[in-house]
Order: sequence, then C-alpha cells, then structure tokens
Amino acid sequence: MKNFTQLDAKHIAELEKIASEVLTGSQIHEDYFHDELAGVPHPPEAVVRPRSTAEVSAVMKYAYANNIPVTPRGQGTGLVGGSVSLYGGIMLDMTAMNRILEIDRENLTMTVEPGVLLMEIPPAIQGMGLFYPPDPGEKSASIGGNISTNAGGMRAVKYGVTRDYVRGLEVVLADGRVMELGGKVAKNSSGYNLLQLIVGSEGTLAVVTKAILKLIPLPPKAVSLLVPFPSLAQAIGTVPEIIKSKNTPTAVEFMERAVILAAEEFLGRAYPDKSADAYLLLTFDGNSTEEIEKAYEEAAQICLANGALDVLISNTPERNEAIWKARGAFLEAIKSSTTEMDECDVVVPRRLIADFINYSATLEERFGIRIRSFGHAGDGNLHIYILRDKLSQPEWESKLQQVFDALYAKAFEMGGQVSGEHGIGYVKRPFLKESRGEDQLELMAAVKHAFDPKGILNPGKVF
Amino acid sequence: MKIAICIKQVPGTTAVEVDPVTGTLKRDGVESKLNPCDLYALETALRLKESCGASLTAVTMGPPQAQSILREAFMMGVDEALLVSDRKFAGADVLSTSYTLAQALECAGPFDLIICGRQTTDGDTAQVGPELAELLNIPHAANVTEIHSLDAGKLRATMLLPGSFMQISMKLPALISVDETIAEPRLPSYKLKLATADREIKVLSLKDFADTDENHYGQSGSPTRVIRVFPPEHNTRQERWEGSGKECALRLAAFLEEGKFLQDPR
Repeated sequence: MKNFTQLDAKHIAELEKIASEVLTGSQIHEDYFHDELAGVPHPPEAVVRPRSTAEVSAVMKYAYANNIPVTPRGQGTGLVGGSVSLYGGIMLDMTAMNRILEIDRENLTMTVEPGVLLMEIPPAIQGMGLFYPPDPGEKSASIGGNISTNAGGMRAVKYGVTRDYVRGLEVVLADGRVMELGGKVAKNSSGYNLLQLIVGSEGTLAVVTKAILKLIPLPPKAVSLLVPFPSLAQAIGTVPEIIKSKNTPTAVEFMERAVILAAEEFLGRAYPDKSADAYLLLTFDGNSTEEIEKAYEEAAQICLANGALDVLISNTPERNEAIWKARGAFLEAIKSSTTEMDECDVVVPRRLIADFINYSATLEERFGIRIRSFGHAGDGNLHIYILRDKLSQPEWESKLQQVFDALYAKAFEMGGQVSGEHGIGYVKRPFLKESRGEDQLELMAAVKHAFDPKGILNPGKVF
Repeated sequence: MKIAICIKQVPGTTAVEVDPVTGTLKRDGVESKLNPCDLYALETALRLKESCGASLTAVTMGPPQAQSILREAFMMGVDEALLVSDRKFAGADVLSTSYTLAQALECAGPFDLIICGRQTTDGDTAQVGPELAELLNIPHAANVTEIHSLDAGKLRATMLLPGSFMQISMKLPALISVDETIAEPRLPSYKLKLATADREIKVLSLKDFADTDENHYGQSGSPTRVIRVFPPEHNTRQERWEGSGKECALRLAAFLEEGKFLQDPR
C-alpha cells in the first residue's frame, strides 16, 4: 500500500529521546501483536508508551517527518483488528495516560485521559449522584478505545452510545499538531462537527489524548426483569412492542439457554433460571421503587401476552449481580467453548431484529457450523459468533466466508449496517465497501487525506 | 410435611448509620430488602417442596413493613406467611429474638423442618438458627451444603466444618441453617406476584404466645448490652510497583510471605 519507513537503530534512538518508554524486540509482548480477534499476528517494530500529550505530539511529528506508520492502541480488547499494526512501525500504547483529570459537578462533565478504563469510571463518581451511561460489555476496555469505535453497550436503548457522551476532545493530528475539539458546552453549532468525526474513526484521523465526557444525574433505582420464553422467535418478536410502550427500558438483551449454560460453566456459578429456551433481559431505572414498578408493569404484561412463561424480577444488588455477571461473561464463555471464532456485529432496524435472528439460526444447519448469538435486542445490534470447533483450516475459512456473506447480504437487504459498535478495523473492510458503496468510500478517503495526507495513522483500517 | 423458613428484613445497602445512643441500626428512611442469606434458605425449602411436596411457611419477626419480604417469599413460591410483630419485641438481642421465634413457631406449628439462612447481613451473628433449635429442643445443623434425603422422619445432609465436610442424619423435627453453596436462589415471579396479591399474611403478637410475660421479650428480655458501636476500619491502602514481570513477581512473593498471606507448603 504505502512505502513506509522501516525502523532502524537510529529511529529507535531518536524515539527514546522524545518518549519516556520505548519497547523493542523481545521487550514487546506478543499481546501487542493482535487484539481479542486474534488471527494472524502483526508485530509492531516499536511500542511507545507516552505519558503526556506533548510526548504524543513529539512522536507523531517524528513519525510524520519520517513516514513511519503509527497505530494507536488502548487495551487491545477490540474484535475487528482495529488496534493491530498491520504495517509494523510504531504502536502508540496509550494505557499509561490513565488519569482522571477532573470531575466537574457544575457542568456535569468528567475529563479523562484515554487510558482510563471503563470500569474505573463508576468508582470515580460514586456517591456523587452522577452517572456515565455508556455500558459496553467489555469493562476493561479503555475510554480512548470506546471513543475510537463509538462503543455502544447495553443501555443504548434509553441512553444512546459513547458518541452521545463525548463533549470535547483533545487530539494530536498525524503531523503532531495538538487540537481541541468541542468543550464543556451543551450546545454547539460552530462549523463542521470535527469532534464527532473523530468519534468512531478508529484511530485513523487523530490520536485522542484527552476527553471531556458528559455525565447525567444517576437514576437511584434499577430493576431488571429476566423473562423466559418457549422460543427465541417469541422472545425477540416481543421486543418491538416493548420498545413502543410508554416506558423505555434502559436495556433489552436477549439470550439463549446454550449461551447461559456456557456462562455457567465458565464462571462456575449457577444461573437463577435456565428452564426456558430463550430469555429477554430488561432493565428499568427511575427515582423510586414505586415508579419503576409502574414502569415495568406494562412490559411484564406485554411479555405474558406474547407467550412469556413468567417474568422474573431482579430487584437487589445480589440478584442483579447474579444475572448481569453472566451476561458480561457471555463472550469469554463462548470463546472458551471453541477453538477459534469470528463475529458479526451487524445492526438492523429494530423492527426487523426477529427476522434477522431467525434467519441467522437457519445458517447453522445450512452450512453445518456452530453459531451462537446474544445481544442488544432493543437497539437492533446483534453479536453473532461463528465457531470453528474441529473444522480444518480450509473448511473453516470457506464456511466462515459463506456465513458472513449470507449474514451481511441479509442485513444490507434489511437496511442494516456492517457494525453496530465494534467498528470496521481491517477484517470488516470488504463489507463496508459493499454496503456503503464507492462514492461514500471516496468521501471518507478525502476526509482521511485532509487529516492525514501521508496516511501514517493506523493504515489499513476502515477502508 | 410442613417446613418453616425464617427470614428477615435488612437494610438495602451497607451504608447504614448506627444510633450512638441505643446501639441499634437507624432504619428510618433506609431502603430495605430480604436478607441475602435467607434467599438460600427459601430456595432450599422450595426445592424440597418440589421434590417431596412440602407446604412452606415463611416467618419473619419485625415491624409491619416487614410484610414486604413475606410478599416476596410468596413471589418465590412459599405457601403461607407469618409476621411476628409487637412493639414489645423491639430491641431484641440474639437470645430474645430466638425466644420470640421459638414461641411463634410453637404457636403456629408443629413444623417438621425449620430452615434458616446462615446469618443476617445486619446482625451478622449466625446464632439465631442454632439458639432457636436449642429453645425448641430439636436437633440442628449449621452450614448445610447439601440435602440428600428427607423422608421417614429423617433428614440426611452434608454440613461444612472448618476444613472438612460432615455427613449427618437427623431425626425430625429439626432445624438447619444453610450455606450459600447449597443452591442458586430463584428470582421472584411476576406471575406469582399477581396470583398472591390478595393472599393473607397471618400476624402473631405477644398475646398469642404461650408465654405472655413481656419481660422475656424485646430489650427487657435481652441480656446483651451494647457498650459502643462503631464502623469497622476499611483498609483500602494501595501500592503501585513498577518494574519487569520478574521483579514485581519476586516482590509480590516476598510481600505475601512477610504478611503471612501464604503458607509454606513444606
């Protein structure tokens, strides 16, 4: 693609002068060669762990001048190879920039460095009556990574996604210039929204070095409903009616018994109910128990009218922990049940989610491959995992391709999109092209060129 | 087969203040919930109901608002509920609580089996179960992890002792308090909530008991005197070590050994 410069001893020596921590050769742990998708390893030539924006700027200036590719990376928990250095060069590991800089209780914002982990946010604002709603399943992911992929999570139905909670960013451009975008303002009509262009750009436009996140008042109470259904079709078929009802749940997840059993085995802990084939998991929040009870009443009635076997109520921290901990472990549980897997993170219009899931279930038999799914029924975003088990490499590759082709073709036919929250990385590029078309990709390329004329930032990703 | 399950309403969070004068928990305005350990007692009873057709009565001692946990017991599948409530029971310590429950169970019984949770999350003594059995003069076992059979007037079970398990056989009537490994508690059911909305909760007060001497109940029946109540110290000290994996591992090993967190296997 590009004639990037290969790092030599001179480059390393220069980097060591401008950066506080540079890893090379055997110092680079093989975790840096891949993300959670795994697959073919791509080792970077150097890992730089900056401690400040000035350092990031200096590294980018040097890389830009010397035509060295730079791959920004957070915790490497991505699933599409977004933080893998396909062209070697410098991996910019942002995890050492992990300070919470400010919690502004007047403006309801919190300012963080990109290496702060998602799981570190709730304890930081605990007791202040504040709430950061985005809730992606992978709590050990970094905020920088969440911003780069515009991660969504389980509360998207009611509260939206990461994008909706980014008020301002400090970024370093490819040539090392530092820029502030947005700020602590609630409204903004000041020219093109470059801030939101950066959110979801997967590190291809700029390196995020600071983020101002929007907080909201914490709803003091939450109750979850675990709703068993005789079949997945019935469970999913109920979702549009729940969404249409007056009280929006914060989360609507669906899961099948097979996934629950895998999570039980993985966690070594029994799930409160596994008598049914399929489940919906709904959460309602509000100011008081009475308010929530009223809110879930209607949803419970809708579920029963649509064939639910019962509606089970989780109203204490212990009960919520028992059901949500398993939900958080689904991905790891499925992963540990097979030899290798790949995933499809499509999003379809909410009304069509039942049709799409029913379709994906038929592929298991049609292609003779194990498929597991769970996900955010309420926002139309599915996580479908295709499992290799004992298939030989050629069989796996060919079946995987066939399943992917079928899934994406169906999704596009329904007006869906390639990725709901995991991003494009390098593995989903062909499907992005197929769905968005040449014209849109050209526009994206022009934007990329405006930000990064030499194409050194995270090359080979998105398109 | 009649089984009684003793349950208690406890504060919903751990952030509860203690009244410095009386030494009791300030419960006003605090959200409350069913004691988490009692969920395992309820689940154990519900499984026995499913396997051998027992009839279940949930019993709680507390103010009128403790009815809400009895409603929750209905929502889990319990058949009957008993609220033991009287102003004269207020301020009871472990002994007085056990005595009150013993009187109530004798009054509402007889029961073939009484099941308790291991302990409550507010009092934390884990003594009410065994004391209640002593007062009723029936055999008891604590920390029960498994029930093997319940028939012909006998209960066979496994109990957890420090470092070992013991298999036991007890003559009924008997009392057990269960360990949290015994079974994962089910969630309350909305269907049962609708079905049991009008179900009666029986109330027992001092006048219903065989022993109506009020000096035996509440604060006056409690030999325990609380001298001082204070929150436990929280140790949240953190240390951050940097270095290579090997350096940090050696330092961690030394730290664990020094603090006697590790036992030398030799």
